[in-house]
Amino acid sequence: MGRLLLVSRLAARDLRRRPAPAALLLLAITAATTTLTLALVLHGVISKPYQRTREATAGPDVIASVAPPPVAGQAADLAGLKALADAPGVVGHSGPYPYTQAAVEANGVTATAWTQGRDTAPAPVDQPKLTEGSWVRDDGAVIEASLATALGIGAGDRITLGGRSFQVAGVAVTAVTPPYPKQCFAPCWYGTAAEAEANRPEPPAGSREPPSGPPDTGGFRLGPAGLIWITEADARSLATRAQSLAYVVYLKLADPAGAQAFVNAHLPASPTEPLLVPWQDVLEGHSWLVETKREILLIGSWLLSLIALASITVLVGGRMADQLRRVGLLKAVGGTPSLSAAVLLAEHVVVALLATAAGLAVGRLAAPLLTDPGAGLVGSAGAPTVTMSTVGLVTAVALGVAVVATFVPAVRAARTSTVLALADAARPPRRAAWLNAISARLPVPLLLGLRVAARRPRRTVLGVTSIAITASGIVAALAAYAHFNTEKAPGADPRGDLRQVLLLFAIMLVVQAAVNAICITWATALDTRRSSALARALGATPDQVSAGLSAAQVLPALAGAILGLPGGIALAQVLDDDPVTIPPLWQLLAVVLASVLVITALTAIPGRVSARRSVAEILQSELA
Amino acid sequence: MMHANESLSHVGPVLRTRGLEKEYGKGAGLVRALDAVELEVASGETVAVMGPSGCGKSTLLHLLGGLERPSGGEVWLAGRRIDQLSEKALARLRRHAIGFVFQAFHLMDELTAAENVELPALLAARSPRAARRRAAELLERVGLSDRARHLPSALSGGERQRVAIARALSNQPLVVLADEPTGNLDSTATLDVLRLLDSLRAAGQTLLIVTHDARIAATADRLISMRDGAFVEETRLTRGTTGQLGELAGLEG
Repeated sequence: MGRLLLVSRLAARDLRRRPAPAALLLLAITAATTTLTLALVLHGVISKPYQRTREATAGPDVIASVAPPPVAGQAADLAGLKALADAPGVVGHSGPYPYTQAAVEANGVTATAWTQGRDTAPAPVDQPKLTEGSWVRDDGAVIEASLATALGIGAGDRITLGGRSFQVAGVAVTAVTPPYPKQCFAPCWYGTAAEAEANRPEPPAGSREPPSGPPDTGGFRLGPAGLIWITEADARSLATRAQSLAYVVYLKLADPAGAQAFVNAHLPASPTEPLLVPWQDVLEGHSWLVETKREILLIGSWLLSLIALASITVLVGGRMADQLRRVGLLKAVGGTPSLSAAVLLAEHVVVALLATAAGLAVGRLAAPLLTDPGAGLVGSAGAPTVTMSTVGLVTAVALGVAVVATFVPAVRAARTSTVLALADAARPPRRAAWLNAISARLPVPLLLGLRVAARRPRRTVLGVTSIAITASGIVAALAAYAHFNTEKAPGADPRGDLRQVLLLFAIMLVVQAAVNAICITWATALDTRRSSALARALGATPDQVSAGLSAAQVLPALAGAILGLPGGIALAQVLDDDPVTIPPLWQLLAVVLASVLVITALTAIPGRVSARRSVAEILQSELA
Repeated sequence: MMHANESLSHVGPVLRTRGLEKEYGKGAGLVRALDAVELEVASGETVAVMGPSGCGKSTLLHLLGGLERPSGGEVWLAGRRIDQLSEKALARLRRHAIGFVFQAFHLMDELTAAENVELPALLAARSPRAARRRAAELLERVGLSDRARHLPSALSGGERQRVAIARALSNQPLVVLADEPTGNLDSTATLDVLRLLDSLRAAGQTLLIVTHDARIAATADRLISMRDGAFVEETRLTRGTTGQLGELAGLEG
């Protein structure tokens, strides 16, 4: 008990004595824990609003649609859809409803819309819930809510659909498709059926070729599209030929949870057979945006944890050099090596626990900002819950970062000879003969900077790593942004929300890298105070010493930023199944330039402060 | 090409102070480290300053070298007042006109003996080749040519101090300021350093040495005793005295 008290007292006093490094550590770990909390609590948050929408709209368990075959003059085969309506396990259905595709124009924006013909009376399965206006009527269209938001239209507005003018009779939500621009019916393939098709084994030679990939579209355009309901007569009139009229049936199953199995049992063998989509795939489509945000945050949390790890390692290393004498004193008065290590560990464990609490609280409070289910669903996602597993994982990561970063320096300090520690004989710097030789040919600030960087190669590597991780993250975010721009749907694409998360991700990385740079500069200034003072005594000006200290960080930052360019492209490639979109060259150059400028600015202040200290005082303190 | 020092050469004392004062702290905690110190050091002269610990010897050295600023009074180097110069100007002055030797040697741990000695020349923007040549000359002069590639950790205390003295001479300074140069050395190493300082004196190098060691003081032309921040006694040493003390120190014969 006494030992615990002693460790706690020493740790608490040390934290109070050096609040600035403790605050930086707290900030670094909190950034990681907040991001991780956000990523964890976002999982599955769209499920509730989707289920509410399914209930409110009598949503189907399976959506079955069939497109006409790509043969001139042939219409879609309705027999398959009718057979599905009578299949075992099906307890209700609506349709078949005819649909086609048409260009919709509103507010100067032209988009593609699946225009579905519906009865004016409510259907037993899929009753789109009006959020404004009234249901379909002749020349009166109902716009699916996410499409209406993207086009900026509401009830009473006029649109042009397939070249004809319609009035917007109403706006409604439905549970039968993902939101705009991912709304999709046959011949568009997605979800379970598309995956099954992709995994289908190659047929024996000479046998019938199955459809591979998306089937021939037969006049339908596959790509960003929304959904519009009109009357059946209007839908048929918009279809310019038989090949552009397809049909959809909405099925209610006795066992909604078995929708996946039902779909698997009725996989299409050819493009003329119905494409089935279970409600789980539609939910996945609605969840895509939030789940993508979650993935970005999850990756961000790991990157932030890695930079935090680098920051703490540098800080602890710097503090060890600063506190070696205290460690020696502790050991001299009978403290065991483990006591010295325990004090250091305790300090960082306390900071990690505080960061865990702060991260959980901030993450929980900020989560609602990222859980907007969009206009396509009823209600909000509500306040996400922080489960015990979330608390456990966030705590484990924070403690892991603190313990891993502290362990090696703490053990090294504990194992330092008491006599050496009392003499404050800090770990001798490394010697890099070739760097010393090269630096002799450089201007004084670079000479000093290179030699400072060469003294502690591990710290330099941590600096390079930190900036490389940051630059990689930012380049990956830029690549994701560039990819989004190439795929951007007409109107206000709801996926534009991702830009906010990518921006948040980039800002967090920059803040974390800034904290890391400050930690490294602080540790370096501490470590090089004698050699800096000596350089000044030998005639280096304060500006040269300050510039040297900055150069010691800026050179690794430049290397890290350059390494971050291919790193970011590789990260983007790993994270996205689609071919990566390389950001414009000016953006890549801006990342390198900004990294160097930010590090220069961040290191200039501590470098200048350090260079202003009295030379005599520093050199005298080395004798004390 | 004019050497940097030549621009500072002049007739009269190399170093001069007028009413030099240094105070630390304030109010009840005020400590007067130097009190109205008047000093003149002629070119080629060796001056030893002795006194008990805390009497202000090191503070005087720091003020003369521009490492600290006085609370009052004036410091002149080669006819130029330096106590009001900017940090940058003081740094340039140290680079070209002042060489420091410290009790704790203050060598860069990661640099070899030769690299330590050539550092001031590199800071003065000499070419690497010229800096290396000068370092080799100086290491030979202090008898450490064979140790040029050794790190400080591989050198004895005496050797480290000889490297530090060589470094102090790198830019041919007007004055070398030595702070307890034998304070951390054993007898043998002390004698090596004494011989070296004596040879510098003989070569006409201006030296101001702060020391506890009577043997070092014996090599000087003038001995100043300090107490409580003030000069209390000044003795001009004759060759006879030097000879006597030098003999005691084992310098003769």
